[in-house]
Amino acid sequence: MFSFVVRRLAVAIPTILVLVIVSFALMFSAPGGPFNSERPLPPAVLANITAKYGLDQPYWRQITTYIWNIVAHFDFGPSFKYKDRSVADIIGAGFPVTLTYGFWSFLIAVIVGVALGVVAAIRQNTWIDYLAVGISVGAQALPNFVLAPMLVLLFTLWLGWLPGGGWNGGEWQYLVMPVIALSTSYMASIARITRSSMLEVMTAGFIRTARAKGVPMHRIIWKHALKLAMLPVLSFLGPAFVLMITGSVVVDVYFSTGGIGLYFVNSAFNRDYSVMMGITILIGVLTIVFNLVVDVLYAWIDPKIRY
Amino acid sequence: MKLRATFLASTAALTLALGTTAFAESHVMAGDTLAPADMQIFRSRELDEFPSIDPSLIQDVSGNDVARQLFEGLMNQDKDGNLVPGVATGFDVSDDKMTYTFHLRPEAKWSNGETVKASDFVYSWKRAADPATASEYSWYMSLMSIANVDAVIDGSMTPDQMGVSAPDDQTFVVQLSQPLPYFPQMVVIATTFPILESNVTEFGDAWTQPGNLISNGAYVLTERVQQEKLVMERNPMYWDDANTNINQVTYLIINDENAALTRYLSGELDKTEVPTGQYPRLLEEYPTQAVSVPLLCSYYYALNLSDSGPEALKDVRVREALSMAVDRDIIVDNVLQGGQKAAYTFTHWATAGFETPAVPMAAMTQEERNAKAVELMSEAGYGTDGEPLTLEILYNTSDAHKSIAVAVSQMWKQTLGVETTLSNQEWQTFLDERGSQRFQIARAAWCGDYNEASTFTDLMTSTSGYNDSKYVNPEVDALATAARTADNPQSDYEGIEQIIAVDMPIIPIYHYAANKMLNDHIRNWPLTNVQQNYYVKDLYVIE
Amino acid sequence: MVYPDKVVMAGVAGAALLAPVKGRSLWSDAARRYSQNKAAVVSLVVLIAICLFAFFGNFFAAWSNEEIDWARMGNIASTGAPSFENGHYFGLDDLGRDLFARTVQGTRISLLVGLVGAGVAVVVGTLYGATSGYFGGRTDQIMMRIVDILMSIPFMFVLILMLVMFGRSITMLFIGIGLISWLDMSRIVRGQTLTIKNKEFVEAAVATGVRPMRIIMRHIVPNLLGIVVVYATLLIPGLIITESFISFLGLGVQEPATSLGALISKGASQMQYGVIWQLLFPLFFFVVTLFAFFFVGDGLRDALDPKDR
Repeated sequence: MFSFVVRRLAVAIPTILVLVIVSFALMFSAPGGPFNSERPLPPAVLANITAKYGLDQPYWRQITTYIWNIVAHFDFGPSFKYKDRSVADIIGAGFPVTLTYGFWSFLIAVIVGVALGVVAAIRQNTWIDYLAVGISVGAQALPNFVLAPMLVLLFTLWLGWLPGGGWNGGEWQYLVMPVIALSTSYMASIARITRSSMLEVMTAGFIRTARAKGVPMHRIIWKHALKLAMLPVLSFLGPAFVLMITGSVVVDVYFSTGGIGLYFVNSAFNRDYSVMMGITILIGVLTIVFNLVVDVLYAWIDPKIRY
Repeated sequence: MKLRATFLASTAALTLALGTTAFAESHVMAGDTLAPADMQIFRSRELDEFPSIDPSLIQDVSGNDVARQLFEGLMNQDKDGNLVPGVATGFDVSDDKMTYTFHLRPEAKWSNGETVKASDFVYSWKRAADPATASEYSWYMSLMSIANVDAVIDGSMTPDQMGVSAPDDQTFVVQLSQPLPYFPQMVVIATTFPILESNVTEFGDAWTQPGNLISNGAYVLTERVQQEKLVMERNPMYWDDANTNINQVTYLIINDENAALTRYLSGELDKTEVPTGQYPRLLEEYPTQAVSVPLLCSYYYALNLSDSGPEALKDVRVREALSMAVDRDIIVDNVLQGGQKAAYTFTHWATAGFETPAVPMAAMTQEERNAKAVELMSEAGYGTDGEPLTLEILYNTSDAHKSIAVAVSQMWKQTLGVETTLSNQEWQTFLDERGSQRFQIARAAWCGDYNEASTFTDLMTSTSGYNDSKYVNPEVDALATAARTADNPQSDYEGIEQIIAVDMPIIPIYHYAANKMLNDHIRNWPLTNVQQNYYVKDLYVIE
Repeated sequence: MVYPDKVVMAGVAGAALLAPVKGRSLWSDAARRYSQNKAAVVSLVVLIAICLFAFFGNFFAAWSNEEIDWARMGNIASTGAPSFENGHYFGLDDLGRDLFARTVQGTRISLLVGLVGAGVAVVVGTLYGATSGYFGGRTDQIMMRIVDILMSIPFMFVLILMLVMFGRSITMLFIGIGLISWLDMSRIVRGQTLTIKNKEFVEAAVATGVRPMRIIMRHIVPNLLGIVVVYATLLIPGLIITESFISFLGLGVQEPATSLGALISKGASQMQYGVIWQLLFPLFFFVVTLFAFFFVGDGLRDALDPKDR
């Protein structure tokens, strides 16, 4: 297992490199640029700016400089749009925020989702099942851009219980609505994958044998079924966790939380190349790491798996 | 609002007699009871994180709003938009109108207690134009026609050769390359605010961070959290601190305008924008809080007259018919509903010193316009009984642009039988397509850089970088050049508008109004300042 | 019995291709199981009804989806509510256009988006994931790193480039949706394949010299169908929402045409302004469609489960 992890981490480096090069190529081929605006800049002014940010260099030169600065100085460059900050400042301030509400959303989505899914599966086709399914489909059918304004109307305007947005260092009052808005649809997905996976596992031979032998139901579920049923859920959770902790634009937009989800989308719209690349690399690293974690967990749950 | 007239009268002999004593009075109106100190706060919504709060780099309205509280320039505006003394008590203009001498008040202080000197302005103005700073707004310095500024920007001269100097600590002299009647109005923009050189040297790029920033305005920066908020507190060192009432200013960054309105209604904000179409309802429910004020921007459709444009648009009759068939009243009254005004000419109606000329289309009723439009279209051989015509309207994705495009396309379809395809694009792609004339009809808007008509009319000259229609008319170019040096350029501006009304390179649609919700306990808001430049130091909160 | 046709309609076009080529017995067997599941049968009927609404609802509309009701425009909150008298059964949108006609047309687009996206995810995602998982080793390593990269690249630029190079069209929208939809599916399928390939029946097939692709198609894929069907139905709402983002970039549906995603998003932004019908009608069709897809998927999963056979 150890050598497997080492090999995977070694492959991660060329993977990130390919990611950087592909993203650079995409960015440069897209129309527009960081200094385009309604009012085109006079050529002399534009020349000064492109010189300052090195955008006047040939593409290969820009890419190699960019990579070299990261490798040698861990320097991700300045933001082209937010001139008071560097990419490291932006991610350094935004990522902890996103990580916080992403982590809580993840935790709640997994706990509630798995619980709903298991209950629905063991009581298949009873009212409990229908209720659980109803909740999860309903939760999924409320996109977060519908849910978010509903939460603000309810908790802020009508009830006056919670502040309508902001972060304030992550106090719980500021955390409640972002977490609800972000976790709901993941919770629903997890519930439904768990349910279907549980149903399959419960019909498997060894479970039937155990039941025939009179092993109590809760033991069967906890000791045998749940672990195995978690396999497809894990596959889903790898990318889902990355998506949650890299944030949701909708959460950042509605609740002014200041996470990096907003930067990810806005940097693309603003052609803020350096911020875009910084976040892309962050997402790439997280994707690789969490998919590796999922693979390791797989091998732990089902020792027969070989990669 | 006739700013221009004021400055045409000011000559070398007549130093502006705007004494400090007359100005340094309390702004509180008789009969108003001030709220207690802890309620003397102002909380405003901002759409997005400030790209920068470094005066040399600021190029947007919200950045200027922040800088106006943190820093103080040579001149300020009062609540009607008239110039009043800032750091300068007044200025002299030379006979050739090319040298401006500003007299700085000796009591002006930086927040660290140092005196604001003329050299701080010299440093800041040079810094803004310096290629090493690489400010996108350095073109503003060139717009101000400061001597040698263009050479400094393109690197052929050093910043030291720029036409700004400080003969002594209280005198700041600007040398222009040509007379510029509206020059004094341009020094209320952040680019011209002073910067303390030692502050920048000490902290480098981080000098604008809270704790580092030394400013000379009525407020100092205390907290800044990205995409969340920016907080400033009163600056005890400010020379007129005694007459300042608001103790704390907070800018909350809220991207979604509906979320912002909800938070305003729940009492978290004192000022926010009204979402499109919601003004009438809010005005009815909150008559003392919903306000609509003119804003110096014009909205129009650019018609592509270049080679890449469609053949039909090269026919002036088609252009006129399309313009006639747009029912502006429906757009301002039923779509936007926020006190915007129907536009038949380009320059915003509220521009200082500008009288909207009477063009024939403005005087007609919509029925007459429609009839005329149908007539013109069939003369040109298109429309219901002619060759079928399909046009494409290009716009950047946004609800308001979409609504207008949809309404216009229905008007053209129903009146003229012209089919339209609507095509929306994200902002950067849109700019690229429009800027390289890969469009037929494109949505466009222009906001005045300063409060004078040339900021609009210059757009129609063949050399303008923003003339996306690629409209060329030597007469317009000649009039625009004449207006620059004319004593009374109104007739030139009027001439340009009249030519545009005939040639129709653009379809003017409406003149902007700003709609906002403003807490009615906040007093002294500059509602009649068309640029909506506000100074929190002038505001106060009543019981 | 016409169930096989409905199976295709229900969005798992791939199932027909992937299922073991057994012919009648399997299909009639599955159909029998399916028809015993009440929720699934009802949902199928609902789904058909929604399709009929989306494709033929226009015949009942008094207005087209682009006509502006000039008289009521600008006063939507007070005069634009749903009414049978003026022919606006679902009321008016913010510009005074008939919401019934727009919902009909939007549902049509969104159903197609959901089906195409889910279809691509099922076919491409399943085959890709199963191949990667089955071969393992270096093949798996390379195939999954490609997925990692595709998941991390700024996808918006891909869409913008498609727009610039090929222009806007509905086909481009579907290609855009298809490009995104299969990535997660391939990871899930690959994970499941890793466990399935150690099962006795696969080992037996390998021992008897069955060719790898045949093992994948005959033994691995049928055992994946459960999770594939469930995940495909999970994907649909996300894809319908993704469409409105793609259209935002200018690649997909252009005004005056619309989609459920666009209608819901507009309705949600106006929810506190007294025009709640602008949210409720599109959201109703969205929710009902999702429920129907879910139960149809669930029914199919039970019906096609090889272990019960």
